[in-house]
Amino acid sequence: MIPQHGTVRSIGRRRFVDFSFLGFCIVITSLSVIALAVLLISIAYQGWEHLDLDFFSSPPSRKPEKAGIFASLWGTIWICIVCALSALPLGVGTAIYLEEYAKPGKIRRFIDLNISNLAGVPSIVYGVIGLTVFARMFGLFGTVNDPAIEIGDPTTFWYFRLPFGGAVIVGGLTLMLVVLPIVIVSAREALRAVPSSLREAALAAGATRWQMIRKITLPAALPGIMTGSILAISRAIGEAAPLLVVSGVLFIRFAPEHLMDQFTAMPLQIYNWAGRPQEEFHAVAATGIIVLLFLLLAFNTLAIVVRQVFQKPLS
Amino acid sequence: MPMTDPDAQLDNSAVTGLQRPQVANADASTERAEIALAVRNVNAFYGDFQALHDISMEVQEKRVTALIGPSGCGKSTFLRWINRMNDLIPTARIEGAMDLHGRDILDSSLDVVLHRRRVGMVFQKPNPFPKSIYENVAFGPRLHRKMSRAEMDEVVEVSLREAALWDEVKDRLKKSALALSGGQQQRLCIARAIASSPEMLLMDEPASALDPKATARIEELIGKLREHYTIIIVTHNMQQAARVSDRTAFFCEGRLVEDNTTAQLFTVPANKETEDYISGRFG
Repeated sequence: MIPQHGTVRSIGRRRFVDFSFLGFCIVITSLSVIALAVLLISIAYQGWEHLDLDFFSSPPSRKPEKAGIFASLWGTIWICIVCALSALPLGVGTAIYLEEYAKPGKIRRFIDLNISNLAGVPSIVYGVIGLTVFARMFGLFGTVNDPAIEIGDPTTFWYFRLPFGGAVIVGGLTLMLVVLPIVIVSAREALRAVPSSLREAALAAGATRWQMIRKITLPAALPGIMTGSILAISRAIGEAAPLLVVSGVLFIRFAPEHLMDQFTAMPLQIYNWAGRPQEEFHAVAATGIIVLLFLLLAFNTLAIVVRQVFQKPLS
Repeated sequence: MPMTDPDAQLDNSAVTGLQRPQVANADASTERAEIALAVRNVNAFYGDFQALHDISMEVQEKRVTALIGPSGCGKSTFLRWINRMNDLIPTARIEGAMDLHGRDILDSSLDVVLHRRRVGMVFQKPNPFPKSIYENVAFGPRLHRKMSRAEMDEVVEVSLREAALWDEVKDRLKKSALALSGGQQQRLCIARAIASSPEMLLMDEPASALDPKATARIEELIGKLREHYTIIIVTHNMQQAARVSDRTAFFCEGRLVEDNTTAQLFTVPANKETEDYISGRFG
């Protein structure tokens, strides 16, 4: 017999505490859901009336009823393309180097540490880096109004100058800095998920490292890399702070025509509208938010589709 | 079989597989065989740990050599040095010499990529690529040679026939290799290994992940493959070693204890340790 010391705990009380904790969990979970619902409903309520085809085809205007998202939608598309085209090769290349080539050791640990630190840097800091490095280029090439190197003139689509100034390319490259650590980390995880038995099989067949990466590792990791990259780009779409630093809030009526063109982006346009004193512009901002949210939702859906459709079992 | 230029055919060593004379090696143990691999005074290390102590042995051409011994005895380490897979482990290093047809394969000037084409490997767990059956077999040849579609078709067919898999998969070459059963996957891995026409085939416990029926098929296949390839097989299963091999080497604690014809090693072991191991007293 095991001695029965002490006094009996009331089962009713124990059940009550158990039940109360469940209630507490349900309440705090509902709070976040309710907060999201309130946000979405209030935005939909405010912004719905402006949401028509004219909203997509109109430039910003001093009159709220005429204001549209045309210029900033195209600005966002341009900088996202620049961002994707620069972040993907850099990020995937870095991930391949770190996972497939770099030998474990001090240098690799140092790079690892720096990449995880980069992922935690506030995006406005990247904005400042983008401004000094990409937009002004440390003043090495004069100023934007008097650029040291200039090819073509601003009416041609191949117009190029150094320094870049507050150009589309700077917006894209600055966002590239923001998403690069995310792309690297997700690509590394995708590469690490490829079983090492497949690498061994490829090398044992007489493949060089590159043949192994090109034919086995990269194809197997591609769905994971794409999913991570799409999510990273969708993060870039919503970034306002770094763009605010490199370009400021400009009144731009047209879509960019070349990489050196001035631009505005959807988060900047929304920020601008929301900051105006007139009540009507707040409704326009809400409409802009609806478009932005749908764009993000589309990107996230795409990421899920890619993961579901292309993710094959690896072993 | 598609017709090709006879000169080109001579060049294409994978195709000559079909034309090799079918020598019957009924009583191999009594025949004199050439030496394919001569291992001299090999010491292998992982960091400070010495995994192999002064190994010297000879592997005969076109014979099956089985490596047996308890876990951690160094037999897999030995095997993985023969095709330099241990190069991938940063702390692994080796001293001594392994002469494959007179060329030291531990020499630092050896091109491991070309070397691994000459020495194929089959792993413990079937590891087909997540690609089609055809692409799995074509992988090796495609790395090393440029060839036409028809030539590649032929290489794939001959490889699959040699691996005794052709009849089962000929109607679904474009289907994923992952849909095959475990035993079929392992035979596919054998087909993939022989498709680059290696001289030597290394097998690291090739049947340990398979059921008895699939194991029997692999063993039967090894019996056929020895006509064309020098085979070294690591196995935990002593009956398997006795069934498939011509010679057996017994490793224990990183040392080569005994190396003899399979018949002799299993019936009249010279060493007490060997006798204890094969009679099941330890290991």
